[in-house]
Amino acid sequence: MQPIVVDNIVMKYRVKKTVVDALKGISFSVDKGEIFGIIGPDGAGKTSLFRILTTLLLAESGEASVDGFDVVKDFIDIRNRVGYMPGRFSLYQDLSVQENLEFFATIFNTSIEENYDLVKDIYIQIEPFKTRRAGQLSGGMKQKLALCCALIHKPSVLFLDEPTTGVDAVSRKEFWEMLHRLKEQEITILVSTPYMDEASLCDRVALLQKGEILSVNTPKGIISEFKKPLWAVKANDMFRLMNAIKEDPSVESCYPFGQHHHVVFKSAENGKEKLGQIAQKGNFSQVEITSIEPNIEDCFMALMKE
Amino acid sequence: MEKEKVITAKELTKRFGDFTAVDKITFDVEKGEIFGFLGANGAGKTTAMRMLCGLSLPTSGTATVAGLDVYKQNELIKKRIGYMSQKFSLYEDLTIRENIRFYAGIYGLRDDKIKEKTNILLKQLNLEGQEKTLVRDLPLGWKQKLSFSIAIVHDPAIVFLDEPTGGVDPITRREFWSLIYEASAKGITVFVTTHYMDEAEYCNRVTIMVDGRIDALDSPANLMKEYDTTSMDGVFLQLARKAVRKGD
Repeated sequence: MQPIVVDNIVMKYRVKKTVVDALKGISFSVDKGEIFGIIGPDGAGKTSLFRILTTLLLAESGEASVDGFDVVKDFIDIRNRVGYMPGRFSLYQDLSVQENLEFFATIFNTSIEENYDLVKDIYIQIEPFKTRRAGQLSGGMKQKLALCCALIHKPSVLFLDEPTTGVDAVSRKEFWEMLHRLKEQEITILVSTPYMDEASLCDRVALLQKGEILSVNTPKGIISEFKKPLWAVKANDMFRLMNAIKEDPSVESCYPFGQHHHVVFKSAENGKEKLGQIAQKGNFSQVEITSIEPNIEDCFMALMKE
Repeated sequence: MEKEKVITAKELTKRFGDFTAVDKITFDVEKGEIFGFLGANGAGKTTAMRMLCGLSLPTSGTATVAGLDVYKQNELIKKRIGYMSQKFSLYEDLTIRENIRFYAGIYGLRDDKIKEKTNILLKQLNLEGQEKTLVRDLPLGWKQKLSFSIAIVHDPAIVFLDEPTGGVDPITRREFWSLIYEASAKGITVFVTTHYMDEAEYCNRVTIMVDGRIDALDSPANLMKEYDTTSMDGVFLQLARKAVRKGD
């Protein structure tokens, strides 16, 4: 039995006369002990999906199950066994760190002591502040406390909705290291993120855009779906170079990536020569052209345009 | 010839009680420069930015923004700068046109100028014919682009962008950066914070704050060379890992 099965889920919101399609019939399933990433920008439908799977929102149509329980009929069973960390900090701001953790343990008929092993690694990092009110914690510490509270009843499936949004690169890295340690405990993790670079840290990912899944695969699999050659180019004047490349009719796409532009041509042949000609025609200097492997963001943008 | 300096900060310091949020930072920003301001949560970025925007008085040190003194002329500074953050941007229940009119009016533009600016802006953003759309109904990416254009509607000397692209899809994020380049080409200085390290590489120069200090300040290419790594991510991780203090 797969811990998460999503089958043709549709979600619509009605605001006065307009209907917003938040999820347009999406399907995927997650294996036990997997870290499965939902990668997509704001408005893609990530939170709607999480709320449906955690039984907080009823889908318009379609079916879904968590640990074999139906999200509509068996909502109480699901609520008892999953952990959910919403995107917005939702703990009690005026309870202390320790009080929050005790509160969540008690609600699930357990105690901090009983499952301390599971949260220990994370909790010791915030323990020095255990008497501090949750509202007074820094962003990184709030996130750690929220994860502890979502874990304290030893859930079989953990739902993390954008746990790393607005968190700096160092804390983000630490957070993912924590998730990988949890995976060893056989907890299934569904995690969403708008940061494309985090896709490579998941076992499998679904790329979500405007309520539709663009692709479901391993990060490597997604990259191998990118069929055309990709070129990285840099020169002395990057802004002008971008315009020159985009004006060329043989170019399919050109996007800035840090110090380079990533370029795809409509046909697969002679990319390097074509870029060389564009650079020569525009009198660019310090031109460097290299053939590169696409990253998840390259793939996401290519799929968005399809 | 030396370029015009739009920001000068010398040993700028802010203390809250016995906590030093910003610790003697010294740097200059040139006209038209895209200046990246990075640091882990709690490194002091927001406090530093608030001082430069005239919203918070420094404890010690000196700084000028657009030639104005942050102690004595902080009210004038507010008129000469633009500001945009991800959190506070536009009024959701006003239309596109109303938002432009509102902000341009606040910045003291005259009616004929507002009209002219509105038309230019709508054209630039391909929003002609949609001026009566409520901002609430725009996709996030459009809101952010509109918000940026409105932040520079009064042609400020400098615009402060506080994590302008958080959560925006990758294509829109890049379109947003095209707007930044255009503004910079027009001579508007751009002061930007971001958590996306590839965006740090689009900046002319980047500072990285650690524990209230500026621990690195150079072009992305030079920083990568100095720290012997191929991405700004590598530079950032090496520096931010040295931080002693935690969180914001």
